[in-house]
This record gives sequence, structure tokens and C-alpha cells, in this order.
Amino acid sequence: MNRPPAIELQDLRCGYRGRVVLDVPRLEISPGEFTAVIGPNGSGKTTLARVISGVIPPYSGVARVNGRDISRLSPRARARALAVVNQSVEALDMPLEDYVLMGRHPHRPPYRFFETAAEISLARENIRLTGLLPGNTPLDRLSGGERQMAAIARALTQQTGILLLDEPTAHLDIAHQVKILDLARRLNRERGVTIVLIIHDLNLASEYADRLVLLDRGALLVSGAPFEVLTPSLVESVYHTPVTVLPSPFSGRPFIFPAPGDSALHPPASTVPVSRWQRKP
Amino acid sequence: MNRQRVAWTIVLPSLLLLLLASIAAGLCVGEVCFTPLEAARLFTSPGEDAVTFVLLRLRLPRVLLGCAVGGALGLSGAILQGVFRNPLVEPYTLGISGGASVGVSLAIVLSLRAAWGGLTLPLAGFAGALLTVALVYGLGTRRGGARVESLLLTGVMISFISSSLVMLLMATAKSEDLHGIIFWIMGALNETDANLIRLVGVASLLSLLIACFHAPALNAMRLGAEPARQLGVNVGRHVRALFLLSSILTGACVSVAGLIGFVGLIIPRLVLRAVGNDYRALLPASFLGGAAFLVLSDIIARAIIAPLELPIGVITGITGGVIFILISRASRKERP
Repeated sequence: MNRPPAIELQDLRCGYRGRVVLDVPRLEISPGEFTAVIGPNGSGKTTLARVISGVIPPYSGVARVNGRDISRLSPRARARALAVVNQSVEALDMPLEDYVLMGRHPHRPPYRFFETAAEISLARENIRLTGLLPGNTPLDRLSGGERQMAAIARALTQQTGILLLDEPTAHLDIAHQVKILDLARRLNRERGVTIVLIIHDLNLASEYADRLVLLDRGALLVSGAPFEVLTPSLVESVYHTPVTVLPSPFSGRPFIFPAPGDSALHPPASTVPVSRWQRKP
Repeated sequence: MNRQRVAWTIVLPSLLLLLLASIAAGLCVGEVCFTPLEAARLFTSPGEDAVTFVLLRLRLPRVLLGCAVGGALGLSGAILQGVFRNPLVEPYTLGISGGASVGVSLAIVLSLRAAWGGLTLPLAGFAGALLTVALVYGLGTRRGGARVESLLLTGVMISFISSSLVMLLMATAKSEDLHGIIFWIMGALNETDANLIRLVGVASLLSLLIACFHAPALNAMRLGAEPARQLGVNVGRHVRALFLLSSILTGACVSVAGLIGFVGLIIPRLVLRAVGNDYRALLPASFLGGAAFLVLSDIIARAIIAPLELPIGVITGITGGVIFILISRASRKERP
């Protein structure tokens, strides 16, 4: 028998205070896939994440994780199937290791008060994997990027087959963006973790994901390989801004260059006199 | 894990020792002083004399009530500060004390004690507290989940309303009733009914046990409601259970001992510095710390102008506030 899809949405409608902000007739994400969900602000990306992670219930339709209806799963069972990394982790006075160990919460029976030695060594291993040391540093001494790495270590400690990354790189510099997404790719390839990445940056999405899901005003517009989704006409019609799409010189995947509205006023850089760019001795 | 090990092997045992020492001091110090040896001898072979009466009938109930009430207030404060993620919340913020005050004031003004006997005031106070808990809970929680902000806001509003009601009752009360209300509000540990003391003691120990089961969830909830939910914590259920637990416990304490302020506010903040933010250690530490603090405060209240007594709420407020300011100033120097 085939494995059920890691995530499956059917006739899903959800939103806030009675207003539907997301309406997806059908979406399937297979186990082991690296999917990126893209779309403009307000297109329903975060709502999708909140439904999949069981934080808000759908108005109608079903969301399934590993073939099981999310709204029928207990919160703990849900957290054993799917781990979430959010945009940021609050800078608390909490040792890194304690934070990473929170990933064991859904696995620990309520009568077990303390962590086992196995749990602690798992947490330490994941902290090492994300390159963060030492474990007794409080979260509020870490940088935003390090806290995101800590969040991934925590999610790994949850030992779920699915990792939902909701704008994990939104506030980070380019080095941390690459570090986090490289780690996600490694987990996907080496451990077969299903990755759902919700992200604004189209180029990062194109570079890392095998499949892109483009949302627009609460509807699923297109889903497919990066070169199928990131066409100039589609991107321009969804984002209402002119772009140029070229293949990346490294991966050959589509890479998007924004062409700002007044670009016609500025000549391309190559025609600017050299003297403006090179200071004369 | 270093900090956790320190909390369980050093801080919690030291707090327990401190509590035992304050219990011993509470039994020995007073108008009649005993040495610990004398006290121990009186315990093992109680006589029929006045000394035994002082130790076993006056001081022992008082010390035990101090442990139970102080522990309960410290515990409730720690729980509520965790639930609301707000260090300024204390057991009295949510209007429970106000409700109890209204109940007690009403009972005094209506002279119910004459009709119903000695347990009237605690019962009236507890009824008022329960009514407030039901009101805050009913208004502050919605179907499905509990938003902590609305619980907190409702509690604060109910608290204002009930304190106005108490003032109204005081304004219309006869002068001897007024005296009774004021004395109750200032709080005291002079309840002598052994069953009532046992009840409060059992309730606070039981609450400590129940609260500890919620400690891992409280730890996760420090990250915020949504991250906690993503970790499989049923946030709404924990919030509701912990709110009911701590407010009913507070109601029971307040109706027996009156409004003893400040314990629930500062003890959790103080012990936090020693044990850290892990609620598994913070809850028992707040319990032990609150119990020791209240017993010690009661010694001061009894000793400072003996044979007269100061209201214990005055002592907890002044000593607690001063200690807190000193400690937070000292730690500010450490960490610029």
C-alpha cells in the first residue's frame, strides 16, 4: 500500500471571525517532498500554516497529516507528526538546552516529570547539528539568527516526519538565511524529512524547493516545479510589479530580478560612465 | 541542565530547611519564649499547664496556618504569573480577594455571625470568592478557549467593582462593624478552628501537587500561546484548570486569613532568581518560600510591639517590598 500524503487538504476553507481568507479545493504534499508556499502579503500563507499546524480549525473541508484528520488528532499526537518553526523565537531567559528539550514535550507522558538521559543526549546532538554551543546559553543572549537555528534544533528534537517552516528567514541576514535553508535541505535529503517552507523570498524558494505552491488572495493559483511557477507573466500578474526572470548561473533555477517602476529613467549600469563607479586616483 | 540540578539539590532543600527553621522559630518566639529543646519536650510530653496551651493551642495552629496560607499564596502567584505571562499579576489581581471582602463585609454588616456562629466569616468570604471566580471565569472565557487577556481584564474590573462595594458597605456600617471589616481586611493568622486550618493545609498541599503536573505545560507556554500549541500543549485547558485551581485556593486562604498582601506578588519573583524560570522547580520553591516568609512575618508582627500585635499584612508589605527593592537593585549592578 502506498504511504498516505504527508499533508493533504480537501475543500479546505478557513479564516478569522467568519471571514474566509483561504479556500483550497485540493493540495497534496508527498512524504519526502520539499515544498515552498509563496504568495503576496495577505494571500493566506500563514493561515495555511496555522491550519496545518492545528492552531486554527477549518470552517469546512479536511486537512490531513499522514492521512489522519488534523482536527481529530490530539494536540500531542499532532505535535508528534509535525513540527513548526515560526518567524522568530521570543528572547527568553531560558537556557538553549531547555528550549530544545521542549521538543520532547509531546512525547513525554504527563507523569514523567524530568527529561531522560536519552532525551538530553538527543537535544545535545541536535544543538551540535545546528552548530550552536554551548547548551546553557540563555536564549536572550543569542542573536535572532541563532535563535532560529535553536528553533530548528527544537523541531528536530520533536522527531517528526514533517517540518513546517513559517517564514523562518524573515528577519535574518543572508548568511543565516542560507544556513537555515541549507540545513532544511540536508534534513530533507539525508533524513527524508518532508519540508513545507512558507517564504516571501521567491529566489530562495526557487533555489531550495522542489515544488512551489503559489497562493493569491486565498486561492491556490499554481503548483509545480520552480520553472513552471516563476514565469514573468505569472509573477507580474500576482505581485503587480514588473520582473525579469533569468536562470541562476549556479543551479539553473529561475531567478527573479525586480524591475522597479522608474527603471526606464535609469540607464542600465553598463552604460553609466566608468568614472562614476571607479574613483580616480 | 546545570541550573535544574542546582535548583533541586541546593535551592529547594535550603528553602525546606528555611521553612523548618521558621516553623521552629514561630513556635519558640513570642511573649513566652522557649528554647527549641523545651518546645520539643512539650511536644513529646504535653502537660496540662499554660505553657503547653500556648505552644500547642495558640502557636502551633498559627504557624501551620501561616505555612498553608503563605505557601498557597506563593504558589498561586507563581501559577498566575506564568499563566498570564505577566510578573505583576498576583492572586489578588483577579478580584478573588475583592469578592471575599464583599462576602465578609456583608456578613459583618448584616450581623450574620450572631445567627450562624463562628464559621460565618470564612464561609461568607469563601462564598464571595467563589462567586467572583465564577463571574470572572464566565465573562472572561469564551466557548472553546480562554484568552488570558480577557480573563485578566475581567478580573481587574471585577476587583474594582468589589472594592467599591466594600467601601459602600463600610460607609454604611456601624462603627463596631467597621472595625471588624478593617481588621479582617488587614489579615491575621489567629484563626483557631483546627478543622479549618487542616482544610486549608490539605487544600494547599493538594494544589501544589496538581499544579506540578501542569508545570511542563507552563514551561512551554512561556514561549507564547501559539508556539505552545504547536508543541502539543492544550493551552486553553491548562489556562482554565490553573486559573480555577489558583483562584479557588486563594479564595480559601483569604476567607480564613484575610487579605495578606504581597506574598503572591514578590515570593515568585524572589525565588525565581534562585531556581530559574523552570516551573517544575519554581512552583514548589514559591510554595516553600511563601510559607517561610509568612511564618517569619508573623513572628515579627507578634514580637515588634508585644503584647500587642501588628496586622501581618503590614509586615509582609513593608519587609517584602524592601527586600525586593534591595535584591533587584543588587542584581541590576551585576548585570548592566
